[in-house]
Amino acid sequence: MTQIHAVSALKVVLWLSALAPGGWLVRGLYSGALGANPVETLTHVTGMTTLVLLLVTLAVSPLRMLSGWNPMIRLRRPLGLFAFFYACLHFLIWFVFYNLVNLQYMLEDVAERPYITVGFSAFVILIPMAVTSTKGWIRRLGKRWSTLHRGIYFAAMLGVVHYYWLVKADTRLPLLLGMCLLVLLGLRAPALARKRSVSRPSS
Amino acid sequence: MIIRRPPDIRSSEITPKNVYVNRRKFIKNAAFGMAGVATVPAVLNTLESEEPQEIPARFRSMRSELNEPLNSYSDITTYNNFYEFGTQKDDPHRNSGDFRPAPWTVRIGGEVNKPGDYQLEDLLSPQRMEDRVYRLRCVEAWSMVIPWRGFPLADLIRRVEPTGNAKFVEFKTIVRPEEMPGQRAPILQWPYVEGLRMDEAMNPLTLMVTGLYGMDLPNQNGAPLRLIVPWKYGFKGVKSIVSIDFVENMPLNTWKQMQSNEYGFYANVNPEVSHPRWSQAREIRLPGLFKSHPTEMFNGYGDQVAHMYAGMDLSRWY
Repeated sequence: MTQIHAVSALKVVLWLSALAPGGWLVRGLYSGALGANPVETLTHVTGMTTLVLLLVTLAVSPLRMLSGWNPMIRLRRPLGLFAFFYACLHFLIWFVFYNLVNLQYMLEDVAERPYITVGFSAFVILIPMAVTSTKGWIRRLGKRWSTLHRGIYFAAMLGVVHYYWLVKADTRLPLLLGMCLLVLLGLRAPALARKRSVSRPSS
Repeated sequence: MIIRRPPDIRSSEITPKNVYVNRRKFIKNAAFGMAGVATVPAVLNTLESEEPQEIPARFRSMRSELNEPLNSYSDITTYNNFYEFGTQKDDPHRNSGDFRPAPWTVRIGGEVNKPGDYQLEDLLSPQRMEDRVYRLRCVEAWSMVIPWRGFPLADLIRRVEPTGNAKFVEFKTIVRPEEMPGQRAPILQWPYVEGLRMDEAMNPLTLMVTGLYGMDLPNQNGAPLRLIVPWKYGFKGVKSIVSIDFVENMPLNTWKQMQSNEYGFYANVNPEVSHPRWSQAREIRLPGLFKSHPTEMFNGYGDQVAHMYAGMDLSRWY
Protein backbone atom coordinates (compact mmCIF):
# COMPACT_ATOMS: atom_id res chain seq x y z
CA MET A 1 0.00 0.00 0.00
CA THR A 2 2.67 2.50 0.99
CA GLN A 3 4.61 1.42 -2.07
CA ILE A 4 1.67 2.38 -4.25
CA HIS A 5 1.50 5.72 -2.46
CA ALA A 6 5.19 6.19 -3.03
CA VAL A 7 4.84 5.50 -6.76
CA SER A 8 1.89 7.89 -6.99
CA ALA A 9 3.91 10.57 -5.25
CA LEU A 10 6.79 9.95 -7.63
CA LYS A 11 4.40 10.19 -10.56
CA VAL A 12 3.29 13.60 -9.39
CA VAL A 13 6.91 14.68 -9.21
CA LEU A 14 7.47 13.20 -12.65
CA TRP A 15 4.55 15.04 -14.22
CA LEU A 16 5.54 18.33 -12.65
CA SER A 17 9.17 18.11 -13.66
CA ALA A 18 8.42 16.81 -17.14
CA LEU A 19 5.97 19.64 -17.76
CA ALA A 20 8.32 22.27 -16.33
CA PRO A 21 10.37 22.89 -19.51
CA GLY A 22 7.16 23.26 -21.52
CA GLY A 23 5.75 25.60 -18.94
CA TRP A 24 8.92 27.65 -18.95
CA LEU A 25 8.73 27.97 -22.74
CA VAL A 26 5.08 29.04 -22.74
CA ARG A 27 5.79 31.59 -20.03
CA GLY A 28 8.84 32.79 -21.95
CA LEU A 29 6.77 33.31 -25.07
CA TYR A 30 4.69 35.80 -23.15
CA SER A 31 7.43 37.49 -21.14
CA GLY A 32 10.00 37.68 -23.92
CA ALA A 33 12.48 35.58 -21.95
CA LEU A 34 13.23 33.39 -24.96
CA GLY A 35 15.51 36.05 -26.43
CA ALA A 36 15.86 37.63 -29.85
CA ASN A 37 15.42 34.30 -31.63
CA PRO A 38 12.60 32.57 -29.77
CA VAL A 39 12.26 29.81 -32.34
CA GLU A 40 15.87 28.82 -31.79
CA THR A 41 15.28 28.67 -28.04
CA LEU A 42 12.11 26.60 -28.55
CA THR A 43 14.04 24.20 -30.77
CA HIS A 44 16.95 23.82 -28.39
CA VAL A 45 14.90 23.42 -25.23
CA THR A 46 12.48 20.87 -26.69
CA GLY A 47 15.36 18.91 -28.22
CA MET A 48 17.37 18.89 -25.02
CA THR A 49 14.33 17.91 -22.96
CA THR A 50 13.64 15.00 -25.32
CA LEU A 51 17.19 13.72 -24.92
CA VAL A 52 17.25 14.06 -21.16
CA LEU A 53 13.87 12.33 -20.80
CA LEU A 54 15.03 9.48 -23.05
CA LEU A 55 18.06 9.02 -20.80
CA VAL A 56 15.92 9.18 -17.65
CA THR A 57 13.57 6.58 -19.18
CA LEU A 58 16.58 4.38 -19.84
CA ALA A 59 17.68 4.85 -16.24
CA VAL A 60 14.53 3.30 -14.77
CA SER A 61 15.40 -0.36 -15.34
CA PRO A 62 18.99 -0.17 -14.02
CA LEU A 63 17.78 1.79 -11.01
CA ARG A 64 15.12 -0.82 -10.37
CA MET A 65 17.72 -3.58 -10.49
CA LEU A 66 20.14 -1.72 -8.26
CA SER A 67 17.52 -0.75 -5.71
CA GLY A 68 15.42 -3.89 -5.96
CA TRP A 69 12.36 -1.64 -5.76
CA ASN A 70 10.10 -3.03 -8.47
CA PRO A 71 7.14 -0.58 -8.47
CA MET A 72 9.53 1.94 -9.99
CA ILE A 73 8.89 0.33 -13.36
CA ARG A 74 5.56 2.13 -13.46
CA LEU A 75 7.40 5.39 -14.07
CA ARG A 76 8.88 4.13 -17.31
CA ARG A 77 5.88 4.53 -19.58
CA PRO A 78 4.98 8.11 -18.61
CA LEU A 79 8.64 9.09 -18.91
CA GLY A 80 8.87 7.58 -22.37
CA LEU A 81 5.65 9.26 -23.45
CA PHE A 82 6.85 12.63 -22.20
CA ALA A 83 10.05 12.14 -24.19
CA PHE A 84 7.90 11.48 -27.24
CA PHE A 85 5.76 14.52 -26.47
CA TYR A 86 8.82 16.79 -26.55
CA ALA A 87 10.14 15.03 -29.65
CA CYS A 88 6.82 15.85 -31.37
CA LEU A 89 7.10 19.51 -30.35
CA HIS A 90 10.71 19.59 -31.53
CA PHE A 91 9.71 18.07 -34.88
CA LEU A 92 6.74 20.40 -35.33
CA ILE A 93 8.77 23.54 -34.56
CA TRP A 94 11.35 22.48 -37.12
CA PHE A 95 8.70 21.58 -39.70
CA VAL A 96 6.69 24.78 -39.26
CA PHE A 97 9.29 27.49 -38.67
CA TYR A 98 12.33 26.16 -40.50
CA ASN A 99 10.62 24.21 -43.29
CA LEU A 100 7.52 26.42 -43.58
CA VAL A 101 5.20 23.38 -43.57
CA ASN A 102 6.69 22.47 -46.92
CA LEU A 103 7.09 18.72 -47.33
CA GLN A 104 9.65 19.14 -50.07
CA TYR A 105 11.87 21.39 -47.94
CA MET A 106 11.53 18.89 -45.13
CA LEU A 107 12.50 15.88 -47.23
CA GLU A 108 15.45 17.78 -48.72
CA ASP A 109 16.67 18.52 -45.23
CA VAL A 110 16.25 14.89 -44.17
CA ALA A 111 18.03 13.62 -47.27
CA GLU A 112 20.90 16.12 -47.41
CA ARG A 113 21.81 16.92 -43.82
CA PRO A 114 23.18 13.95 -41.89
CA TYR A 115 22.40 15.43 -38.47
CA ILE A 116 18.79 15.86 -39.55
CA THR A 117 18.70 12.38 -41.08
CA VAL A 118 19.65 10.82 -37.73
CA GLY A 119 17.43 13.13 -35.70
CA PHE A 120 14.46 12.43 -37.92
CA SER A 121 15.17 8.68 -37.77
CA ALA A 122 15.16 8.83 -34.00
CA PHE A 123 11.78 10.53 -34.10
CA VAL A 124 10.38 7.93 -36.53
CA ILE A 125 11.59 5.10 -34.27
CA LEU A 126 9.73 6.63 -31.33
CA ILE A 127 6.37 6.81 -33.13
CA PRO A 128 5.41 3.09 -33.10
CA MET A 129 6.70 2.83 -29.55
CA ALA A 130 4.39 5.62 -28.42
CA VAL A 131 1.46 4.13 -30.34
CA THR A 132 1.93 0.69 -28.78
CA SER A 133 2.37 1.95 -25.24
CA THR A 134 -1.18 1.03 -24.19
CA LYS A 135 -2.12 -2.10 -22.22
CA GLY A 136 -4.05 -3.44 -25.19
CA TRP A 137 -1.05 -3.26 -27.49
CA ILE A 138 1.25 -4.74 -24.88
CA ARG A 139 -1.11 -7.74 -24.64
CA ARG A 140 -1.58 -8.06 -28.38
CA LEU A 141 2.11 -7.89 -29.26
CA GLY A 142 3.33 -10.19 -26.50
CA LYS A 143 7.04 -10.87 -26.86
CA ARG A 144 7.31 -8.70 -29.94
CA TRP A 145 6.41 -5.69 -27.79
CA SER A 146 9.74 -5.85 -25.94
CA THR A 147 11.60 -6.21 -29.21
CA LEU A 148 9.87 -3.17 -30.65
CA HIS A 149 10.51 -1.12 -27.55
CA ARG A 150 14.22 -1.85 -27.63
CA GLY A 151 14.05 0.87 -30.26
CA ILE A 152 14.67 3.35 -27.46
CA TYR A 153 18.35 2.36 -27.44
CA PHE A 154 18.65 3.32 -31.08
CA ALA A 155 16.54 6.44 -30.70
CA ALA A 156 18.69 7.64 -27.80
CA MET A 157 21.92 6.90 -29.64
CA LEU A 158 20.72 8.65 -32.80
CA GLY A 159 19.49 11.54 -30.68
CA VAL A 160 22.91 12.04 -29.10
CA VAL A 161 24.61 11.81 -32.50
CA HIS A 162 22.10 14.35 -33.85
CA TYR A 163 23.08 16.76 -31.08
CA TYR A 164 26.80 16.09 -31.46
CA TRP A 165 26.70 16.70 -35.19
CA LEU A 166 24.76 19.93 -35.00
CA VAL A 167 26.87 21.92 -32.56
CA LYS A 168 29.42 24.18 -34.20
CA ALA A 169 32.36 23.91 -31.85
CA ASP A 170 31.36 23.33 -28.26
CA THR A 171 30.88 19.55 -28.05
CA ARG A 172 31.07 19.31 -24.26
CA LEU A 173 27.35 18.89 -23.59
CA PRO A 174 26.64 16.33 -26.34
CA LEU A 175 29.67 14.34 -25.18
CA LEU A 176 28.40 14.42 -21.61
CA LEU A 177 25.00 13.10 -22.71
CA GLY A 178 26.77 10.45 -24.79
CA MET A 179 28.74 9.35 -21.75
CA CYS A 180 25.56 9.11 -19.68
CA LEU A 181 24.05 6.96 -22.40
CA LEU A 182 27.08 4.66 -22.44
CA VAL A 183 26.89 4.24 -18.67
CA LEU A 184 23.18 3.42 -18.88
CA LEU A 185 23.80 0.87 -21.61
CA GLY A 186 26.78 -0.52 -19.68
CA LEU A 187 24.64 -1.07 -16.60
CA ARG A 188 22.49 -3.40 -18.68
CA ALA A 189 25.37 -5.62 -19.71
CA PRO A 190 25.42 -7.82 -16.55
CA ALA A 191 21.67 -8.41 -16.70
CA LEU A 192 21.90 -9.25 -20.36
CA ALA A 193 24.74 -11.71 -19.73
CA ARG A 194 22.79 -13.31 -16.88
CA LYS A 195 19.74 -13.71 -19.08
CA ARG A 196 21.83 -15.48 -21.70
CA SER A 197 23.42 -17.88 -19.23
CA VAL A 198 20.04 -18.67 -17.69
CA SER A 199 18.30 -19.18 -20.98
CA ARG A 200 20.99 -21.33 -22.55
CA PRO A 201 20.35 -24.60 -20.68
CA SER A 202 16.62 -24.42 -21.26
CA SER A 203 16.84 -23.77 -24.97
CA MET B 1 24.38 51.43 -48.15
CA ILE B 2 23.20 54.36 -46.12
CA ILE B 3 25.71 56.79 -44.80
CA ARG B 4 24.52 59.49 -42.50
CA ARG B 5 26.65 61.78 -40.47
CA PRO B 6 25.37 62.09 -36.95
CA PRO B 7 24.29 65.63 -36.13
CA ASP B 8 24.96 66.92 -32.67
CA ILE B 9 22.31 65.52 -30.43
CA ARG B 10 20.01 68.05 -28.85
CA SER B 11 18.03 66.92 -25.88
CA SER B 12 14.86 67.62 -27.84
CA GLU B 13 15.88 64.88 -30.20
CA ILE B 14 16.02 62.16 -27.61
CA THR B 15 13.26 59.66 -28.25
CA PRO B 16 11.07 58.99 -25.25
CA LYS B 17 11.22 55.32 -24.55
CA ASN B 18 7.52 54.69 -25.09
CA VAL B 19 7.68 56.21 -28.56
CA TYR B 20 10.61 54.07 -29.43
CA VAL B 21 8.99 50.94 -28.12
CA ASN B 22 5.78 51.67 -30.01
CA ARG B 23 7.74 51.68 -33.23
CA ARG B 24 8.04 47.95 -32.80
CA LYS B 25 4.33 47.37 -32.47
CA PHE B 26 4.03 47.92 -36.16
CA ILE B 27 6.62 45.26 -36.91
CA LYS B 28 5.06 42.94 -34.41
CA ASN B 29 1.60 43.31 -35.82
CA ALA B 30 2.87 42.84 -39.32
CA ALA B 31 4.72 39.70 -38.34
CA PHE B 32 1.73 38.24 -36.57
CA GLY B 33 -0.60 39.09 -39.39
CA MET B 34 1.69 37.17 -41.67
CA ALA B 35 1.91 34.27 -39.28
CA GLY B 36 -1.81 34.23 -38.77
CA VAL B 37 -1.26 33.71 -35.10
CA ALA B 38 -3.43 36.29 -33.49
CA THR B 39 -2.99 35.13 -29.93
CA VAL B 40 0.72 34.76 -29.91
CA PRO B 41 2.40 36.41 -27.09
CA ALA B 42 5.00 39.05 -26.83
CA VAL B 43 7.78 37.02 -28.33
CA LEU B 44 8.95 39.97 -30.32
CA ASN B 45 9.12 42.14 -27.27
CA THR B 46 12.31 40.50 -26.15
CA LEU B 47 13.99 42.02 -23.17
CA GLU B 48 12.43 45.36 -23.94
CA SER B 49 13.37 46.56 -20.50
CA GLU B 50 17.01 46.67 -21.56
CA GLU B 51 16.35 49.29 -24.18
CA PRO B 52 18.52 52.23 -23.20
CA GLN B 53 16.75 55.51 -22.75
CA GLU B 54 19.20 57.57 -24.73
CA ILE B 55 18.81 56.24 -28.25
CA PRO B 56 19.17 59.33 -30.41
CA ALA B 57 16.09 60.36 -32.35
CA ARG B 58 17.74 60.01 -35.72
CA PHE B 59 17.44 56.24 -35.37
CA ARG B 60 13.68 56.35 -35.02
CA SER B 61 13.02 56.60 -38.71
CA MET B 62 16.28 55.11 -39.88
CA ARG B 63 16.01 52.14 -42.21
CA SER B 64 18.27 50.22 -44.50
CA GLU B 65 18.56 51.18 -48.15
CA LEU B 66 15.99 48.45 -48.83
CA ASN B 67 13.61 50.11 -46.38
CA GLU B 68 14.13 47.44 -43.76
CA PRO B 69 13.43 48.41 -40.14
CA LEU B 70 16.27 48.27 -37.63
CA ASN B 71 16.51 45.52 -35.06
CA SER B 72 16.07 46.73 -31.52
CA TYR B 73 19.05 47.67 -29.40
CA SER B 74 18.20 44.84 -27.03
CA ASP B 75 18.07 42.22 -29.78
CA ILE B 76 21.43 43.37 -31.08
CA THR B 77 23.05 43.35 -27.66
CA THR B 78 21.59 40.17 -26.12
CA TYR B 79 21.89 37.74 -29.02
CA ASN B 80 25.54 37.39 -29.93
CA ASN B 81 28.05 34.85 -31.13
CA PHE B 82 31.18 35.84 -29.23
CA TYR B 83 32.62 32.54 -28.01
CA GLU B 84 35.21 34.36 -25.90
CA PHE B 85 32.35 34.96 -23.48
CA GLY B 86 30.58 31.60 -23.93
CA THR B 87 28.85 29.64 -26.66
CA GLN B 88 25.21 30.41 -25.83
CA LYS B 89 23.70 33.43 -27.52
CA ASP B 90 23.03 35.27 -24.26
CA ASP B 91 26.42 34.38 -22.74
CA PRO B 92 28.27 37.41 -24.15
CA HIS B 93 25.60 39.71 -22.72
CA ARG B 94 25.72 37.98 -19.35
CA ASN B 95 29.45 37.24 -19.07
CA SER B 96 31.15 40.33 -20.49
CA GLY B 97 30.66 42.62 -17.51
CA ASP B 98 34.26 42.28 -16.30
CA PHE B 99 35.79 43.05 -19.65
CA ARG B 100 37.77 46.31 -19.78
CA PRO B 101 37.78 47.86 -23.26
CA ALA B 102 39.85 50.84 -22.13
CA PRO B 103 42.68 51.63 -22.20
CA TRP B 104 43.22 49.87 -25.53
CA THR B 105 46.22 49.46 -27.79
CA VAL B 106 46.20 48.10 -31.31
CA ARG B 107 49.45 46.70 -32.68
CA ILE B 108 49.82 47.33 -36.38
CA GLY B 109 52.57 45.36 -38.07
CA GLY B 110 53.79 43.37 -41.03
CA GLU B 111 54.23 44.91 -44.44
CA VAL B 112 53.64 48.57 -43.53
CA ASN B 113 55.70 51.70 -43.43
CA LYS B 114 54.19 52.87 -40.17
CA PRO B 115 54.02 49.87 -37.85
CA GLY B 116 53.61 50.37 -34.14
CA ASP B 117 51.53 50.14 -31.01
CA TYR B 118 48.75 52.63 -31.48
CA GLN B 119 46.59 53.94 -28.67
CA LEU B 120 42.98 53.53 -29.71
CA GLU B 121 42.33 57.27 -29.31
CA ASP B 122 45.17 58.04 -31.70
CA LEU B 123 43.75 55.64 -34.26
CA LEU B 124 40.27 57.12 -33.98
CA SER B 125 40.93 60.83 -33.59
CA PRO B 126 41.60 61.59 -37.28
CA GLN B 127 38.45 59.71 -38.31
CA ARG B 128 35.01 61.11 -38.85
CA MET B 129 32.52 58.59 -37.49
CA GLU B 130 29.49 57.61 -39.57
CA ASP B 131 26.27 55.77 -38.90
CA ARG B 132 25.80 52.93 -41.35
CA VAL B 133 22.83 50.61 -41.51
CA TYR B 134 23.92 47.16 -42.61
CA ARG B 135 22.31 43.76 -42.73
CA LEU B 136 24.24 41.23 -40.66
CA ARG B 137 23.84 37.70 -42.02
CA CYS B 138 25.10 35.01 -39.69
CA VAL B 139 26.39 31.76 -41.15
CA GLU B 140 23.73 30.11 -38.95
CA ALA B 141 21.03 31.49 -41.28
CA TRP B 142 19.64 34.33 -39.20
CA SER B 143 20.01 38.02 -39.90
CA MET B 144 19.53 41.44 -38.34
CA VAL B 145 19.59 45.05 -39.52
CA ILE B 146 22.02 47.06 -37.43
CA PRO B 147 22.99 50.74 -37.29
CA TRP B 148 26.75 50.57 -36.77
CA ARG B 149 28.97 53.52 -36.03
CA GLY B 150 32.46 53.51 -37.46
CA PHE B 151 34.76 54.48 -40.29
CA PRO B 152 36.05 52.80 -43.45
CA LEU B 153 38.93 50.42 -42.84
CA ALA B 154 40.43 51.83 -46.05
CA ASP B 155 41.10 55.18 -44.30
CA LEU B 156 43.10 53.48 -41.59
CA ILE B 157 45.00 51.35 -44.10
CA ARG B 158 46.04 54.40 -46.12
CA ARG B 159 47.36 56.07 -43.00
CA VAL B 160 49.68 53.20 -42.09
CA GLU B 161 50.95 52.83 -45.67
CA PRO B 162 51.13 49.14 -46.53
CA THR B 163 54.02 48.08 -48.76
CA GLY B 164 53.65 46.35 -52.11
CA ASN B 165 54.04 42.99 -50.40
CA ALA B 166 50.84 43.40 -48.41
CA LYS B 167 48.30 41.08 -50.04
CA PHE B 168 46.10 40.33 -47.04
CA VAL B 169 45.16 41.88 -43.71
CA GLU B 170 45.06 39.70 -40.62
CA PHE B 171 43.14 40.68 -37.48
CA LYS B 172 43.31 39.15 -34.01
CA THR B 173 41.00 39.35 -31.02
CA ILE B 174 42.49 39.99 -27.62
CA VAL B 175 43.22 37.01 -25.33
CA ARG B 176 42.25 37.71 -21.74
CA PRO B 177 40.91 34.54 -20.14
CA GLU B 178 40.64 36.31 -16.79
CA GLU B 179 38.04 38.66 -18.27
CA MET B 180 36.71 36.39 -21.02
CA PRO B 181 35.41 33.19 -19.42
CA GLY B 182 34.90 31.44 -22.76
CA GLN B 183 38.65 31.55 -23.37
CA ARG B 184 39.28 29.36 -20.34
CA ALA B 185 38.24 26.31 -22.37
CA PRO B 186 39.82 25.31 -25.69
CA ILE B 187 36.57 25.57 -27.65
CA LEU B 188 38.25 27.49 -30.44
CA GLN B 189 41.94 28.11 -30.82
CA TRP B 190 42.56 31.49 -29.19
CA PRO B 191 43.19 34.14 -30.30
CA TYR B 192 40.38 34.40 -32.81
CA VAL B 193 41.90 35.21 -36.21
CA GLU B 194 40.22 36.69 -39.26
CA GLY B 195 41.48 38.14 -42.49
CA LEU B 196 40.60 39.94 -45.69
CA ARG B 197 42.17 40.20 -49.09
CA MET B 198 43.62 43.66 -49.63
CA ASP B 199 40.94 44.72 -52.11
CA GLU B 200 38.22 43.53 -49.74
CA ALA B 201 39.80 45.47 -46.91
CA MET B 202 39.94 48.59 -49.08
CA ASN B 203 36.32 48.28 -50.24
CA PRO B 204 34.34 51.33 -49.06
CA LEU B 205 31.74 49.07 -47.43
CA THR B 206 34.27 47.50 -45.08
CA LEU B 207 33.91 49.18 -41.73
CA MET B 208 35.92 49.48 -38.54
CA VAL B 209 33.19 49.71 -35.94
CA THR B 210 33.30 51.46 -32.60
CA GLY B 211 29.62 51.79 -31.83
CA LEU B 212 26.01 50.97 -32.58
CA TYR B 213 22.85 53.02 -32.29
CA GLY B 214 25.14 56.03 -31.97
CA MET B 215 26.62 54.75 -28.71
CA ASP B 216 29.88 53.03 -27.84
CA LEU B 217 29.98 49.30 -28.61
CA PRO B 218 28.90 47.23 -25.64
CA ASN B 219 31.44 44.59 -24.62
CA GLN B 220 29.31 41.76 -26.00
CA ASN B 221 29.36 43.32 -29.46
CA GLY B 222 33.14 43.51 -29.66
CA ALA B 223 34.22 46.64 -27.79
CA PRO B 224 36.12 48.75 -28.36
CA LEU B 225 36.93 48.03 -32.00
CA ARG B 226 35.59 45.42 -34.39
CA LEU B 227 35.32 44.69 -38.08
CA ILE B 228 32.12 44.59 -40.13
CA VAL B 229 32.10 43.21 -43.67
CA PRO B 230 28.43 43.27 -44.63
CA TRP B 231 28.56 41.02 -47.70
CA LYS B 232 30.24 38.22 -45.73
CA TYR B 233 28.94 35.93 -43.01
CA GLY B 234 29.06 37.46 -39.55
CA PHE B 235 32.01 35.41 -38.32
CA LYS B 236 34.31 37.51 -40.52
CA GLY B 237 33.53 40.44 -38.22
CA VAL B 238 36.33 39.87 -35.73
CA LYS B 239 35.69 41.59 -32.40
CA SER B 240 37.83 43.36 -29.78
CA ILE B 241 40.72 43.72 -32.21
CA VAL B 242 44.23 44.03 -30.76
CA SER B 243 46.37 43.48 -33.82
CA ILE B 244 46.23 44.24 -37.50
CA ASP B 245 48.95 42.67 -39.65
CA PHE B 246 49.61 43.20 -43.32
CA VAL B 247 50.80 39.92 -44.76
CA GLU B 248 51.74 38.28 -48.02
CA ASN B 249 49.92 34.96 -47.56
CA MET B 250 46.27 34.22 -46.92
CA PRO B 251 45.70 34.15 -43.15
CA LEU B 252 44.18 31.00 -41.67
CA ASN B 253 41.00 32.25 -40.07
CA THR B 254 39.75 30.55 -36.92
CA TRP B 255 36.60 28.87 -38.26
CA LYS B 256 38.35 27.62 -41.36
CA GLN B 257 41.09 26.19 -39.19
CA MET B 258 38.41 24.59 -37.01
CA GLN B 259 36.45 22.98 -39.86
CA SER B 260 37.66 23.82 -43.33
CA ASN B 261 34.95 21.88 -45.17
CA GLU B 262 32.29 24.10 -43.54
CA TYR B 263 33.93 27.51 -43.26
CA GLY B 264 36.22 29.09 -45.82
CA PHE B 265 38.36 32.21 -45.97
CA TYR B 266 36.01 34.20 -48.20
CA ALA B 267 32.71 33.42 -46.45
CA ASN B 268 30.73 35.54 -48.89
CA VAL B 269 27.01 35.33 -48.28
CA ASN B 270 25.78 33.01 -51.03
CA PRO B 271 22.33 31.39 -51.16
CA GLU B 272 23.56 28.84 -53.67
CA VAL B 273 26.37 27.38 -51.62
CA SER B 274 25.00 25.41 -48.69
CA HIS B 275 26.75 25.06 -45.43
CA PRO B 276 27.20 21.27 -45.30
CA ARG B 277 24.76 21.09 -42.41
CA TRP B 278 22.11 23.53 -43.53
CA SER B 279 20.88 25.38 -46.57
CA GLN B 280 21.87 29.03 -46.95
CA ALA B 281 19.03 29.73 -49.39
CA ARG B 282 16.74 31.21 -46.72
CA GLU B 283 17.26 32.97 -43.42
CA ILE B 284 15.30 34.03 -40.35
CA ARG B 285 15.17 37.81 -40.33
CA LEU B 286 15.01 38.42 -36.63
CA PRO B 287 12.86 39.17 -34.75
CA GLY B 288 10.74 37.14 -37.18
CA LEU B 289 9.94 33.53 -36.48
CA PHE B 290 10.08 31.85 -39.88
CA LYS B 291 13.09 30.89 -41.95
CA SER B 292 11.33 32.44 -44.91
CA HIS B 293 13.45 35.44 -45.86
CA PRO B 294 15.28 34.70 -49.12
CA THR B 295 19.03 35.12 -48.75
CA GLU B 296 20.56 37.44 -51.31
CA MET B 297 23.84 36.98 -53.10
CA PHE B 298 26.52 38.96 -51.26
CA ASN B 299 23.80 39.75 -48.72
CA GLY B 300 22.34 42.27 -51.17
CA TYR B 301 25.59 44.23 -51.63
CA GLY B 302 26.52 42.66 -54.98
CA ASP B 303 26.55 45.99 -56.85
CA GLN B 304 29.45 47.14 -54.74
CA VAL B 305 31.43 43.95 -54.28
CA ALA B 306 30.67 41.34 -56.96
CA HIS B 307 33.40 42.73 -59.27
CA MET B 308 36.06 41.60 -56.79
CA TYR B 309 35.14 37.97 -57.38
CA ALA B 310 34.67 38.02 -61.15
CA GLY B 311 35.78 34.72 -62.62
CA MET B 312 36.13 33.01 -59.24
CA ASP B 313 34.36 29.72 -58.62
CA LEU B 314 32.46 30.73 -55.50
CA SER B 315 31.40 27.19 -54.70
CA ARG B 316 35.09 26.32 -54.41
CA TRP B 317 36.18 29.53 -52.70
CA TYR B 318 33.38 29.60 -50.14
